[in-house]
Amino acid sequence: MITVLLAIFIPFIAACLVPFIHKLLTGRRIGWFVITVPLFLFIILLRLVPSLSDGASYLYTFPWIPSAGVYFSTHLDGLSMIFALLITGIGSLVVLYSIYYLSEREAIGRFYTYLLLFMGAMLGVVLSDNLIVLYVFWELTSISSFLLIAFWYHRKQSRYGAKKSMLITVTGGVLMLAGFLMLYTITGTFSLQELIAMRDMIAADSLFIPAMLLVLLGAFTKSAQFPFHIWLPDAMEAPTPVSAYLHSATMVKAGIYLVARFTPVFAGHVTWFYIVSCVGLLTMLWGSVNAVKQTDLKALLAFSTVSQLGMIMSLLGVGSLAFSSAESAQITLFTAASFAALFHLINHSTFKGSLFMVVGILDHELGTRNIRRLGGLASIMPITFTIALIGSFSMAGLPPFNGFLSKELFFEAMLSLKDANVLTADTLVLLFPIVAWIGSIFTFIYCMIIVFQTFFGEVPPPMPGQRPAREAPIQMLISPIVLGSLVVLIFIFPNLLGTYILGPAMNAVYPQFEGMAGLVPKIQIWHGWGLPIIMTVGVIAAGALLYRFLRYWKGIYRLGILQWTLDRFYNSLLLKVERAASVMTRTYMTGSVRDYVAYIMLFFIMSVGIGLFGFQQFIFDFSNDAAVEINESIIVFVMMCSSIAILFAKSRITAIILNGVLGYSIAILFVVFRAPDLALTQIIVETVTTVLFLLCFYYLPEWRTEHKSLSIRVRNGLIAAASGTAVTVVALLVQGHSLHPTISIYYETASRLAGGLNVVNTILGDFRAFDTMLEVLVLFIAGLGVYSLVKLRRKKGVDHSEEK
Amino acid sequence: MKTNDVILQTATKVVFFIIFLFSIHIFFVGHYAPGGGFVGGLLTTGAIVLLLLAFDLKTIQQILPFNFTIVTAIGLVLALSTAGASIFFNVPFFTHAYDDFNLPLFGKTSLHTAMFFDSGVYLVVVGSAITIIQSIGGDD
Repeated sequence: MITVLLAIFIPFIAACLVPFIHKLLTGRRIGWFVITVPLFLFIILLRLVPSLSDGASYLYTFPWIPSAGVYFSTHLDGLSMIFALLITGIGSLVVLYSIYYLSEREAIGRFYTYLLLFMGAMLGVVLSDNLIVLYVFWELTSISSFLLIAFWYHRKQSRYGAKKSMLITVTGGVLMLAGFLMLYTITGTFSLQELIAMRDMIAADSLFIPAMLLVLLGAFTKSAQFPFHIWLPDAMEAPTPVSAYLHSATMVKAGIYLVARFTPVFAGHVTWFYIVSCVGLLTMLWGSVNAVKQTDLKALLAFSTVSQLGMIMSLLGVGSLAFSSAESAQITLFTAASFAALFHLINHSTFKGSLFMVVGILDHELGTRNIRRLGGLASIMPITFTIALIGSFSMAGLPPFNGFLSKELFFEAMLSLKDANVLTADTLVLLFPIVAWIGSIFTFIYCMIIVFQTFFGEVPPPMPGQRPAREAPIQMLISPIVLGSLVVLIFIFPNLLGTYILGPAMNAVYPQFEGMAGLVPKIQIWHGWGLPIIMTVGVIAAGALLYRFLRYWKGIYRLGILQWTLDRFYNSLLLKVERAASVMTRTYMTGSVRDYVAYIMLFFIMSVGIGLFGFQQFIFDFSNDAAVEINESIIVFVMMCSSIAILFAKSRITAIILNGVLGYSIAILFVVFRAPDLALTQIIVETVTTVLFLLCFYYLPEWRTEHKSLSIRVRNGLIAAASGTAVTVVALLVQGHSLHPTISIYYETASRLAGGLNVVNTILGDFRAFDTMLEVLVLFIAGLGVYSLVKLRRKKGVDHSEEK
Repeated sequence: MKTNDVILQTATKVVFFIIFLFSIHIFFVGHYAPGGGFVGGLLTTGAIVLLLLAFDLKTIQQILPFNFTIVTAIGLVLALSTAGASIFFNVPFFTHAYDDFNLPLFGKTSLHTAMFFDSGVYLVVVGSAITIIQSIGGDD
């Protein structure tokens, strides 16, 4: 359906228009133009929801590079719909918020161009069906996010964060591309729907595991999973609307989307379960533990995002077990995990978006986000406080907010692992719920930190130059209020969301169980005194206790493994790579031509040597060789003597003359071997070059004997001897192996074809005259070169540099 | 000390023409005997080098008032246009033609377009070589 295709391109078109419209709508009013784009898209997508819940899906294919199997195909099903609604819905709210957040002095046009670019790219990621197109949009999100993080490019920290996120996400993206290409070699198609249909064929291939790992690496880097989560806290240097949009609701969930999308392809294998759920849980624990020690609210939220993403990821991992289960009861048990993942995905976007906006408001009104400088704002900023309370309590998993429902589902999913028959290790069955529980306790603690350390306690004196705190303007509060009320509404009517939005998405994640009863479980607000509710009560109790005594045990963050951050590892890795590269370059790029000649010769010797010894074909055939005459031996002996003598010559004149001896000997050899033209030319060329040598050397300083160390001389001697040997061996080998009969018979007809009796000259001037022409050109260039070198030389004392 | 090289100069005056004539001969017989444009050009260069040795640079420039870079260019144009002319006769690039002609004074003579090409080569060789030697020799 072409609407979907349009949905991708409308933001791009709008991004192109922003600079022009910005000239008409000056200042922040440009935001009102921008907000129409996501709002319009949200509405047209929302109108498709009923038909999707009836089981429809929209595939539209448009040829882009058909010869390479790349079609611009868009596919809208339930899973894409969740993300598309999040992107456009939260996009509208973020744009609305940013209109009042950004000051008039900022480069607002640039900001919205980047934001629209990102929006289009993100829609492209979730709506494309072709893997290459998906990859293109995937990288576009990386680039636009890079631009948005570095929006305040004059800040050093912004640039650092942008570079870091770029490096990590693009590395993952490229690895993911390799995985896509592997999938292509297995199946011969880039289409996701066709890949899902061919999952048995993929599972049987030997490239299955590598392709899976590479695709997962792409997803993990983008979704900030351990240990690639380090870019997310540094990306908090971006303006807060960007953090709210990209780093909580949309981009970081691209990896989640990818994992959910590839679940039908890869999840049949138990490795998928182990990697996805273990990495997810580890990320959840690591993120929540680290969030507690943060003092910057945005950094705290960044780590909490990491932790929540890990939770969603682990749920998707558990959900994949449905593929290896046989009984329908077990299948519904595990599909419920994926359901919980998708449900929490939506919940997280709502409450995390609102929390970021709250932090943005605090930053905007008070000029600081540091927890130590905040406090007692509950009575000053009541609306902001209410929203923060709703968001934080939802994140902590407390009723009556939607986070409670998803946390219950999370515990249930983790506990359901005991029924999995694929897990062999009993410890794992125990470990998963325990880790999840500990992670939730820390989640509870940092949620309490947000609420109580910011809004309760004493009011610290205002920062110098800052007006006293007061409630934010109502326009800035609209977006967080909308998100906050969604948090409550979803808690009250969870099944509305479940039926219309999550149901079609579950069909997309589990295409083979489509339409199965129980695939879309009914969410119960109260489901009796089960183990999950007891766990939640435990979380609240332990969390409250730990929060109460936070300052007594906070010291443990200063020691051990928690002090050893991955950031330090990343920075030192970059530094080491740079240093190693520079050391390597400096070692072999010495700047001395002598060394480079040595490399070239060594490479030549090695390639010839390896080639010869590799083939073991030392067949010397001397049977066709002519007999050696006595005069030939004499000439060769003279040449050998003079060439050896050159090496020991004490003066330059001697060397030139010995070189002349060599040249004239060659001329005599030409005479002996009956090549009169060559002999003539050789004699004259030798004469002229000797004259030139003498002319040039007249100006040169005295010949100095070089005093190189013995080892260098031995090295040079060895290289020279080896290259000589290599050439000789090759020449002798070639000599005996004539593959084709000679073609010189053809030239015997020279007098008939070219009207000449001198075969050499007819070849030069007639048969192969093209070569001659270019040789003449070479001579011409050489003449001009010498002329310009000598005549157009830079005069002393005059600056001829081009910078002038 | 001013050396007296009258013998050298006198001998050069005679020998130059012999070498020059020989080089012209070598150039023209190229198609039938050893020789041709390249060797001929180099021999002519040799003759001029001899002049340079016997006299000084200024004298030679008066005797031979050519700009040798232009000589080179003319040679190159000659060689290229010989090669290019063939395309006007609807034959492949560099197709030569030859025939016998009855010329006055010479009688029956074989003429070959390769000769134009060879004269181009000759001029380029002479021009380049003399340019090089003059540039280097005339430099302080």
